[in-house]
Amino acid sequence: MGDHRATPPAVLTALLTLLAALLALAAVGAVRASRTAGVVHAGTAAVCGGFCAVAVLALVLPAAPALALPFGPFWGPSMVALDGLSAWFLLILGLSGGASSLAALGYGGGAMPARLLVPWPLFLAAMALTLAAADAFTLLLGFEAMSLASWALVAAEHDRAENRRAARLYLVFAIFAAACLIPVVGLLAIGPEAVGFAALRETPPEGLRATLILGLVLAGAGAKAGLVPFHAWLPLAHPAAPSHVSAVMSGAMTKVALYVMARVLFDLCGPAQPLWWGAPLLALGAASALLGALRANMEEDSKVLLACSTIENIGLIVMAMGLVLAFRGADLAPLAALAAGAALLHALNHGVFKTLLFLGAGAVLHAALTRRLDSMGGLIRPMPWTAAAVMVGAGAAAALPPLSGFASEWLLLQSLLAGWRTGALGFQITVAAATAIAALSAALAAAAMVRFVGMAFLGRPRTPRAAGASEHPGAERIALVGLAALTVAFGILPAPLLDLAAGGVRLLSGGAGRPVMAALGLAAGDGAARLWPAGVFLLLALIAGAVVVALRARGARGFTTGPAWACGFMAPPPHLPFGDPLTQPSAAGLAQPLRRMLGGALLGAEERVTMPDPGDPRAATIATCAEDPAFPYLLAPLARLRDALAGTAERLRDLSIRQCLMLSFSLLIAMLALVAVLERG
Amino acid sequence: METLAGILTQLLHMALILAGAPLLLGLIRLAKARLMGRRGPHPLQPWRDLRKLLGKRAVVAETASAVTHVAPFVAVASALLAAFLIPSFARGMVLAPLADLLLIAGLLALGRVAMALAGLDAGTPFGGLGAAREMAFAAFAEPALILAALTFSIIAGTTNVDAIAGSFQDGAVGVRVSLALTFIAMLAVAVSENARIPVDNPSTHLELTMVHEAMILEASGEQLALWDYQSALRLMLWLSLIATIFFPVGLASPGSGPLSWLVGIAAFATKLAALGFALAVFESALAKMRVFRVPEFLGAALLLGLLAAVFLFLSTGFA
Repeated sequence: MGDHRATPPAVLTALLTLLAALLALAAVGAVRASRTAGVVHAGTAAVCGGFCAVAVLALVLPAAPALALPFGPFWGPSMVALDGLSAWFLLILGLSGGASSLAALGYGGGAMPARLLVPWPLFLAAMALTLAAADAFTLLLGFEAMSLASWALVAAEHDRAENRRAARLYLVFAIFAAACLIPVVGLLAIGPEAVGFAALRETPPEGLRATLILGLVLAGAGAKAGLVPFHAWLPLAHPAAPSHVSAVMSGAMTKVALYVMARVLFDLCGPAQPLWWGAPLLALGAASALLGALRANMEEDSKVLLACSTIENIGLIVMAMGLVLAFRGADLAPLAALAAGAALLHALNHGVFKTLLFLGAGAVLHAALTRRLDSMGGLIRPMPWTAAAVMVGAGAAAALPPLSGFASEWLLLQSLLAGWRTGALGFQITVAAATAIAALSAALAAAAMVRFVGMAFLGRPRTPRAAGASEHPGAERIALVGLAALTVAFGILPAPLLDLAAGGVRLLSGGAGRPVMAALGLAAGDGAARLWPAGVFLLLALIAGAVVVALRARGARGFTTGPAWACGFMAPPPHLPFGDPLTQPSAAGLAQPLRRMLGGALLGAEERVTMPDPGDPRAATIATCAEDPAFPYLLAPLARLRDALAGTAERLRDLSIRQCLMLSFSLLIAMLALVAVLERG
Repeated sequence: METLAGILTQLLHMALILAGAPLLLGLIRLAKARLMGRRGPHPLQPWRDLRKLLGKRAVVAETASAVTHVAPFVAVASALLAAFLIPSFARGMVLAPLADLLLIAGLLALGRVAMALAGLDAGTPFGGLGAAREMAFAAFAEPALILAALTFSIIAGTTNVDAIAGSFQDGAVGVRVSLALTFIAMLAVAVSENARIPVDNPSTHLELTMVHEAMILEASGEQLALWDYQSALRLMLWLSLIATIFFPVGLASPGSGPLSWLVGIAAFATKLAALGFALAVFESALAKMRVFRVPEFLGAALLLGLLAAVFLFLSTGFA
């Protein structure tokens, strides 16, 4: 395909140098772990800055062929290249990884064990390798290295039982992803020597083979991205890692999985897919968006909450990708470009604001020593910078104008609203339902973010530790403020960004589509609705300023402070200097309306209230529980199946010698028969 | 010429909204009181209340942070911008290209989040209760609004309110079942978004039943004035949105002269009065429903919105 833009070798050489630098940093971390934490994190921050530069150069500069490395598997050299799609995801990785390294530099200090320091540069390098790969073998190599390095990071704090459980579950899902993705390469490639992307594009799969690839990629890459129903590991594993690792896992690693999905389904599978290919992506995306957003409203742990919100956002991006496939199948190139723009822009925006939120949760964890929302409160006073940055990130996650999340969700909703143009009645109704679910998820995400910000930063401190928290100045603050500034900037100026993504949009939408743009604004197509986020921002600022001026012109009355009213707030007893914590809403209390309205139906949420008899001075208690349907309906049956299989296999040990010989002999015959059949066919 | 007309109509529209929002609220209160057999307050009473509140010094809770001070301005600015975008008496205002229904939904969400955060800021039980309920109701109201936007965008080809009103005004649309269903859905969403009966009671002071009022329980003085003003603006905004889209009669076309503006203003006033009176009758005839019945109410609106879109697919065969 002529219009796939690749980059001049100089940029690729720079990228390979950066990868080598990451390997060297891992070696440094291994040798003198006790002293070199600062060096490693400063190094990874610099390398990630380099990733950003390389990515932007690759997005701007014109084409050049893939670069063959001097090494590789025995059948041919490994190939690397950067085109519009991979460079875009490399930019996401650079931003997320750079900010996280910077934050780690802030709170790492000198003391970080080697088991954290060594996998960290390797993790970043593996993700970059996955993105830069130009043949299927290198892609898989990078992907599996990414899984392994991130598993080591998840398991790093293995002294806690729940982290061990999370790491084990994560490993199972990583193996599952590999077991799905490796056969995909087998199905795509004609022979072992033709695994280069250019060769794979020449022979797009058809019929049953293509359908099988769709299913396997959805399962394999979806399991890594946290797509329902393969998401169960994500809310356990992402929070288990240290905060800067959680940030990159949510911000960048899930995007790398989506990149693999996009690369195989949109590029390597050729230009022509039927319309229905969009339906499974749309359905799974909608399910992820709804489940993730709802769970984010129930969770009482800050990082688990954010991980659930990641599932939601992955769902939104996959919905956009499903629409791209459907529009491509219906030959609607402009709409495919609209949806592709939504997917790419939301991937970037989510990468930035989720990194920001995880780093903010990390800052809270280090200052207040807790991840439980019920132990926080009032942190806006000791930690004003963190609070302001997190509020910006939460606003973007809640899709509030004029922040970045709104621009990309606007594009997504506009492409959903255009979904009826595909013409197939069944798909039209599916898209209408998906539209409702996308809007529902956005509103649920807003509720979850209000709850997160309200519990962590507003109100009164719920524990003495939260009251005594203090903010770390320095690198961590720079990372937070920088990400918040990017979130605002991306929200106000999405059009230049979309221009930068034009190569990726063209690749996703099948070579023909271009994003339609108004001057500094977004457009849903010619003659359709438009959005000027910069104008919205200016008008909002202007109106707010005018209101302030108008009120001040009447003469400022000022304000006095007094105890909270709350319809007769009792003065707290002296041993509770911050008031009675029980008079503040709790995490479970704030979740109550949505738990009752939606939780019962979707998450099997239950509440058990025990009321003491009248006259009994004991306190009433309420216990709530909610369970992700993936556990009872997917993992539990699988575990039972595993046990049953193990039980059956166990019986082999009781076989007599005659039966043993019989078994091996018949197996040999069967294998020979299989070989005979395959040779003849 | 058309630009000049656009600027003038925009300014006139802004003045109408700014001055009319509390007046509309006053008229609805008066109508409700009369329907219930009371004499009721003067229609200008909301304006008088605002003036009184602005003259008072605010008392802020000791536990409150900067959020309490900033949030009302954010909420008022977002409500004002949203209200400025929705055409009232004339199409082709200078901000009309910005008047996207999804943006308006986003601005409403911005105001709602600001209010919920303000409710949580002082760390009082009622604020948290109101914030949680408000955000939960919005989770149902927002998709219903977006589904209404879906129906409009299928019929009119865009989500721009000005263009939707234009295409509905041209009469090419005719009477459709889908639009009727969407109308009911929009009414339900409007009732919920404005904290009116049966979802919430705007005049209640019984704490446990409150949603909207619970969040601004701590506000006083200037802040309370801003909160009250923004809720008046939201009512105005919703009624004019419904009036403009479903009853585009009398809207002055882009570039028309002052005479058709006057006609437009008269038509707008009539439409608002009719909708406001209908709201007063509706509120007087109904009792507030239990909080956990609200999802059924809004869920019905959501289903109606979905049904409207499906009807369109089936009836017109947009294949």
